[in-house]
Amino acid sequence: MNKTVTFKIWRGDANGGNFVEYKTEITEGLVVLDVVHKIQATQANDMACRWNCKAGKCGSCSAEINGIPKLMCMTRMDTLNIDKPITIEPMRAFPSIRDLVTDVSWNYRVKQKIKKFKPRTPDAPDGTWRMQQEDVDRVQEFRKCIECFLCQDVCHVLRDHHKHDEFIGPRFLVYTAALEMHPLDTEDRLPELKQTQGIGFCNITKCCTKVCPEHITITDNAIIPLKERVVDEFYDPFGWLLKKIRPQG
Amino acid sequence: MATNYETHEYDVLVIGAGGAGLRAAIEASASGVKVGLICKSLLGKAHTVMAEGGMAAAMGNVDDRDSWKVHFADTMRGGQYVNNWRMAELHAKEAPTRVHELEAWGAVFDRTKEGKISQRNFGGHRYPRLAHVGDRTGLELIRTLQDHGIHQGISVHMEYTIVSLLKDGARVVGAFGYDRERGRFRIFKAKAVVVCTGGLGRAYRVTSNSWEGTGDGVSLAYHAGAELLDMEFIQFHPTGMIWPPSVQGILVTESVRGEGGVLRNKEGKRFMYDDIPDNYKSQTSMDPEEGWRYTQNDKNAKRPPELLTRDHVARCINREVKAGRGSPHGGVFLDISWIKEKMSNAPEHIKRKLPSMYHQFMQLANLDITKEPMEVGPTTHYAMGGVRVNGDTQATNVPGLFAAGECAAGLHGANRLGGNSLSDLIVFGKRAGEHAAKFAKENGAGAVNDAQIEAAYKEAVEPFERAAGGASEGPYQVQYDLQNMMQDNVGIVRLQNEMEFALAGISKLRARAAKVAVQGHLEYNPGWHTAIDLKHLLTISEAITLGALDRKESRGGHFREDFPDKDPEAQKYNNVISKQADGSMKLRREPIPAMPEELKQVIEEMKN
Repeated sequence: MNKTVTFKIWRGDANGGNFVEYKTEITEGLVVLDVVHKIQATQANDMACRWNCKAGKCGSCSAEINGIPKLMCMTRMDTLNIDKPITIEPMRAFPSIRDLVTDVSWNYRVKQKIKKFKPRTPDAPDGTWRMQQEDVDRVQEFRKCIECFLCQDVCHVLRDHHKHDEFIGPRFLVYTAALEMHPLDTEDRLPELKQTQGIGFCNITKCCTKVCPEHITITDNAIIPLKERVVDEFYDPFGWLLKKIRPQG
Repeated sequence: MATNYETHEYDVLVIGAGGAGLRAAIEASASGVKVGLICKSLLGKAHTVMAEGGMAAAMGNVDDRDSWKVHFADTMRGGQYVNNWRMAELHAKEAPTRVHELEAWGAVFDRTKEGKISQRNFGGHRYPRLAHVGDRTGLELIRTLQDHGIHQGISVHMEYTIVSLLKDGARVVGAFGYDRERGRFRIFKAKAVVVCTGGLGRAYRVTSNSWEGTGDGVSLAYHAGAELLDMEFIQFHPTGMIWPPSVQGILVTESVRGEGGVLRNKEGKRFMYDDIPDNYKSQTSMDPEEGWRYTQNDKNAKRPPELLTRDHVARCINREVKAGRGSPHGGVFLDISWIKEKMSNAPEHIKRKLPSMYHQFMQLANLDITKEPMEVGPTTHYAMGGVRVNGDTQATNVPGLFAAGECAAGLHGANRLGGNSLSDLIVFGKRAGEHAAKFAKENGAGAVNDAQIEAAYKEAVEPFERAAGGASEGPYQVQYDLQNMMQDNVGIVRLQNEMEFALAGISKLRARAAKVAVQGHLEYNPGWHTAIDLKHLLTISEAITLGALDRKESRGGHFREDFPDKDPEAQKYNNVISKQADGSMKLRREPIPAMPEELKQVIEEMKN
C-alpha cells in the first residue's frame, strides 16, 4: 500500500506564484489534508494552509484538488489517481493570501448586509413558540451549511465574471432562504435580493449543488424558490393589481 | 518602540470566539460597552462546531418530571461532588432560558410532536434533556450566535493569536498578539478581558480537539497570575474513531448510544453489563430490552449501561482492549446497525438521527454505519480543570480578568456530563460578558507597559533569530514528543512513577522548546505558530501532571492504577495551581466551601 506520490502544490501570494513539486510516501486511509500536513512538517514548515476540525464540520480547508473544489480533510487519497501528480491549489474565486490560504473576508462583509432574523412575537402560553418538525425540515437543510465557501468558489458569476459587488453568491442565497423560510421570521428580504444582491445573475447551472460537502440542494431547494418569490413579488401583473386593490398589512 | 504597534482600544476584550466567547461578547455589547472579539480562526469555525449531541437544559419538554433540581443533582453526581456547587446550581437554573433565547435569535432545534424543542437522552442525565439539531448541535449554536453577534456592533478580529496578557500592577489591562495573515503585532487595550479559549486536547497524541486546542487561555491567565483549578481532570471520551490512523481521535457522538447503539467486544459481548458502579445501579437496567426502550423514550425504562458516564465507559473500553478482547485496530465495536431488528426503516432512521456520523464514516472510513459496526476507542476530549473563577461572575483572582467555557473550571468537577458543555458556554458566557462589562464601567482604563510588550514581542520572534544563528530543530518534533509523553504517561490510566517521568520529561522538552528554530516569514507561517503554542502546551502539561501526581485517588476523569478507589477525604478539596514569584509552578489544596442546606437536600432527594 505504501507508495510514493507526487504532489504539485501552489506556492505564492497575491503577487503570483507557481506549482512546487513534493514527493511523499502515503499509507492507508490518508486524506489530502494529512498529506499536506506531512509535507508541511517534513519538507515545507512554512507552507500556509488553513484548517481546523479535520472532520468536515468547520469548512476551513477548502481548496481545489485536481481542479475540483473540495474540502481537503474529506478527500480520501484512495479516491484520487495516485499514478499521476496530484495538484492542490487555493480557491480561485478569492484573492490569495499565501499558498493554499485565500482571503475570504468578502463573504463576511456580504453576510453582515443581509437583514437579520426577526421573529414574530411569541404566541405559545409559555412565552415561546410552537413549530412542527415538517415546517422546519427545509430550513434545517440550509442550516447544515458549514460556510466552506466552495459553492462561492465554483460559481461562474463570481469565479469568472467577478460580480462580487453585484451578486451575493450561492452561500448567501442559501442563508437568505433559511431566513425567509424560517417559520417565525417576519422580515422581507425580497427587494434587495432583486436589486442589490443580484439573484437574477444565477442561471441555475447547479455547479454549487454539486460541490456542496453537506449535500445541500442549493439550487433546487433554496435559489429557485427564492427566484419564484421575487418573480411573484415584482413581475406578476395580477398579483400587483390585487395588491393595489386590496393593500395588505 | 511599542508605539509602533497599531493599537485597538476596547472596554471589554473577549479572547476566543467559540460559544462562550461569542455569548460573552454579545452580552457585553448589549450592555452598551465597546467590545473586541479575537478569533484564532475565522469567525464561526471554532471548536464548538464539533459538538454533536446537544445542550442540556431541564425544560421538561419530553419528560415533565425533569427540573433544575434533577439537572443539578445529575451534574454533581457526574462530577463526583468536587464541582463548584454554585456553578452547578446556576447552570441548571439558567440553561432553559439561555436555550429559549437561542431560539429567539434564530436557532432551529428539532421538535417534539407538540412543536416544542425536542430533548434527547444522554449519559448521566436522568431524563431526556438535550436540546439538539440532529448531531450538529454545536454548529447550530455557533452559527446562531455568530449571525446574531455580527449585528451587535462587536469588532471582530479574525485569525489573530494572543501571545501575552498585559498588566498594570495587579490588574489585566489588555493583550498583545499578531494576525496570522500578515504576522503584524497588535496591542489590544481593554478595561476588562475575558478568556474563552476552549480546550487543551492538543497536549495529547490522540484527541478530538483541533489544532487550536492548545490551552492558550489557561496558560495566558496562569502567566498573568490567575489560579488554575483541578487540572488533573481530563475527560477521555469513550468513543473516538480509531481507523484509519489519520482520523484517530475524531469524535463519534454519544448520541449513537443515545439512539440505541451498543458496545461489544470482539467476542460479541456487551461488556458494559460487567461493571456498573454502585452509585448508578439504581438507575441502570440489566435487561437489554428495557435499555432499548429507554433509548426510545419509554419513561418507565431505565438506561442501558452504555449510557453511564464517560469516564467509566472509557475505562471499560480500555479494560477490554488490554484484556485482549478488543477489535482488530485496538478498540471495541460500537453498533447502531443492529436496530434493524427493531425497526423496518432503520437505515433511514439512522441517517436522519445521525447524519454527520453517517457521512463521517462513509467518507473517512468507507464504512456504512447502517450496515456495519464502527470501531471506537477513547480520545482526549475535554478539560474539566482550568482557570479558577467566581461562580457568579466568572471573575478570576486577577482584577479585570474573567474566564468562561471550557478554559474555566468548576462546573463539571471531576467529570463532565455530555451536553453540559454547550449549556455551560451560554450560561457562563453570558455571565462573564455581563460582569466584565460591569467591571469596565466601574474602572477606568489602565496603562499598558512598553517593557512587557517588547518582552512578549522578543519571545515571539526569537525562533526566527535562532534559525539565523544556525539552530536547526523545528517545533514539530518537540510538539510530537510532548504529545507522546502525555499520552503514554499522564493519560487515561495513571501511575506515580510514569507521571514523575513525565514531569522530568516536560522540563527537558521546555529546554528544547526554548531553542527551536523557525524558517521563513511572519505571514501565515504554521511552523512559527506551532513554536508559539509550545509554551502554552508545556505550561498546561506541567499543571495537569502536578495535579495528577498530587491526587492519590481515582475520581472521574482522573484514574490511578496505584490508587484505584475514591478517597472520601479527597472529595473535600480542590487542587489550586499558581505561578510563584520565581516563575515556578506550585500546587496547594483548598477545601471546597460547604454546600448550603437546601442544595444538600436536593442531592439527598435525588439519590434514588
